[in-house]
Order: sequence, then C-alpha cells, then structure tokens
Amino acid sequence: MTNPSILPDQEGRWSFLYLAWLVALVASLSALFIGEVMGQAPCSLCWQQRAFMFPLAILLAIASFRADTTVWRYALPLAALGAAIALFHSLLYAGLIPEGIQPCSQGPSCASAEMTVLGVLPLPYLSLAAFLAIVFALLASKSKAQS
Amino acid sequence: MNRRGLIIATGALALSFFVGGSVAYNAQQARRAREIAAARAEALVRSHSPVLGPPNAPVTIVEFFDPSCEACRAFYPPLKQIMGLFPNDVRLVMRYAAFHDGSDAAVKILEAARLQDKFVPVLEALLEFQPEWADHTGPVLEKAWARAKDAGLDIEQAKRDWTRVEIQAALDSDTRDSKSLEVTRTPTFFVNGQPLTDFGPQQLYDMVRREVQKTK
Repeated sequence: MTNPSILPDQEGRWSFLYLAWLVALVASLSALFIGEVMGQAPCSLCWQQRAFMFPLAILLAIASFRADTTVWRYALPLAALGAAIALFHSLLYAGLIPEGIQPCSQGPSCASAEMTVLGVLPLPYLSLAAFLAIVFALLASKSKAQS
Repeated sequence: MNRRGLIIATGALALSFFVGGSVAYNAQQARRAREIAAARAEALVRSHSPVLGPPNAPVTIVEFFDPSCEACRAFYPPLKQIMGLFPNDVRLVMRYAAFHDGSDAAVKILEAARLQDKFVPVLEALLEFQPEWADHTGPVLEKAWARAKDAGLDIEQAKRDWTRVEIQAALDSDTRDSKSLEVTRTPTFFVNGQPLTDFGPQQLYDMVRREVQKTK
C-alpha cells in the first residue's frame, strides 16, 4: 500500500465487493442445493464451513447494496477462518493428514469419496477456492482511507 | 451504473436458478425412478414376500422397509389407515431393506413369526417398541425377542426356525432386489409398479386412490 496510484478507485473497489458477494452467494446456494435438493448429507467439517459461508452471503449482499467498502473488517475474519477450515478439510480429503478413527454414528466421513459433486469435483477444494476468492476480493475492496 | 438494481437482479437471478434447478433435478430423479421401476418390474414382487390384505387385490403397494427404521415406524399407522379405506382393493407386499446395522436379525424374527402366523402382531409389537430395542449402535435383540413373545410368538420354536435357509434366502433376495431397484432409503413405496416419487402419507393415499379408481 505504498503506491497510491495502483489502488483501485471507489468504483473498482465496489466491483471487488460485488465479486466477493457473488462467490459467497453461489457457494451458499450450491451447498444448499447439494445438501437439500440432491440429498447429499454434509459432514461435520462441511457444516463448519457453511457456518462461515452463509453469513458472508448476507453480510456482503448488504455491504454491496450500500456500497460499504469498510465491510472487509467484518467479512475478512469470517472468510479467513472459513478458508482455514476448508484447507484442513482439503488436506484431510487429499490424505495428507490422517482422519482419526471415528465411532460409527450418523453422518458421512469427511474424507470419503462421497465428498464430490457430479462424481468428479471434490467439495473441499471448491470450498477452499471460494473462501480464498472471497479473501482476495475483500482485500482488493479495502479502501485506502480506512486501511 | 445502478448498483442497487444490479444487486437485486443478481439475488433474484440466483434464487430463480436455485428454484428452477431444484424443480428440474426432482423431475429428473422422478423420471429416473420410474424408468428403473419399469425396467426391473419383476424385482418388485416375489412369491416369498409377506402380503397383507386380500392376496388378489387389484392394487399392490410394495413397501421396502426396515424394522429398525424410524420413518417406517412413523409410516405404519397411516399405511394401515390407507389399507383400511380400501379393504378389498389393496394389498401390501412387504420387502425387507435391512439397511440399519443388525437389522437382519430383526427381519429374521419377523420371518420366524410368519411361520407361526404371527407376522402382523409381531411386526406391530416390534414397531411399537422400536425405540426400546432398535438402538443406534445396533439392536438389543433380547428386548426385541421379549416384545415378540408378548405379542404371542413361541420364541423357543422361533429361535429354532431362525437359522432356516429359506429365511436367509428371502432376506438375500430382498437385498438383491432393493439394490437392483436402487432403493436407498426406507420406506420406499411402489404402487402398481410405479414409485412414490413425492414422499408422504397423503401422496401415497392419493396414488393408491387413483389406482383403485382405475380398476372401478
């Protein structure tokens, strides 16, 4: 942030805010579609990511509507924590960290092959990509005056 | 540029995609379920299955059920009510889909009860007292046996019949058929060969009534 000339103008900052909201909106509705319509039960880590993604869809909608580019202060912690959980879930899914043995009960395993949509796209990676996109869009939406 | 208009349009567009997608997805799933049921009709009714109601009734409800399944328990009273509304026209063919851990043991109690002509009382007892014996970590069989005994089952005889090969064969055949019909949850209903795609007691009643009317 040393060179003011590369900072986006107000219009540009708003566009990034809008972009962040779009990603949160698509991610939230997709999660609901896969869970409620396609009937694929969310695992416990998926629930935790939902807990961070759903509020972003609401928060960023209001912020975009009001062109409030200071919202990153509230939204960035949510997106960063969501990204951290998604990263953990992705590593678990990739088998890079082991999943502890869980007693048998309701709920699918977070590392199983069922964590895909359309049989190919792994949900943890999609989630991680969405949270990271929101993080970067929010960083780009930061207004100079408040940074 | 009108930002607010863009926000509202985006939200509305996203919601309409969601609703439209849901409608299309459900319609496609229902079509698929009908195609599977039509293509594998022979897997729906087998001669070994228990039948409730008049054996030659024109309308056949096939239920894939699991004695440990809560939804099957909840569905039993309305199902009985539907059967009672059409006492001469509807029969119920019960197929086992023992998806819960250890459910096959409870299914065998039912099959042993059938050999003693005690299928319905034992079924009703097992369903009524399901919360007591069908624990989520696996069934507590002694409690299931005790309830079956109270319902009139000679459990000494039933325990001897329990190991009969026909019982295991019936269970295996039902398991194969539930796989080939892609039954993944219980209860799953078929009325005269068509799947109940919109799940619920009212929907089942409507479907049965339509089929009964066709026969009049």
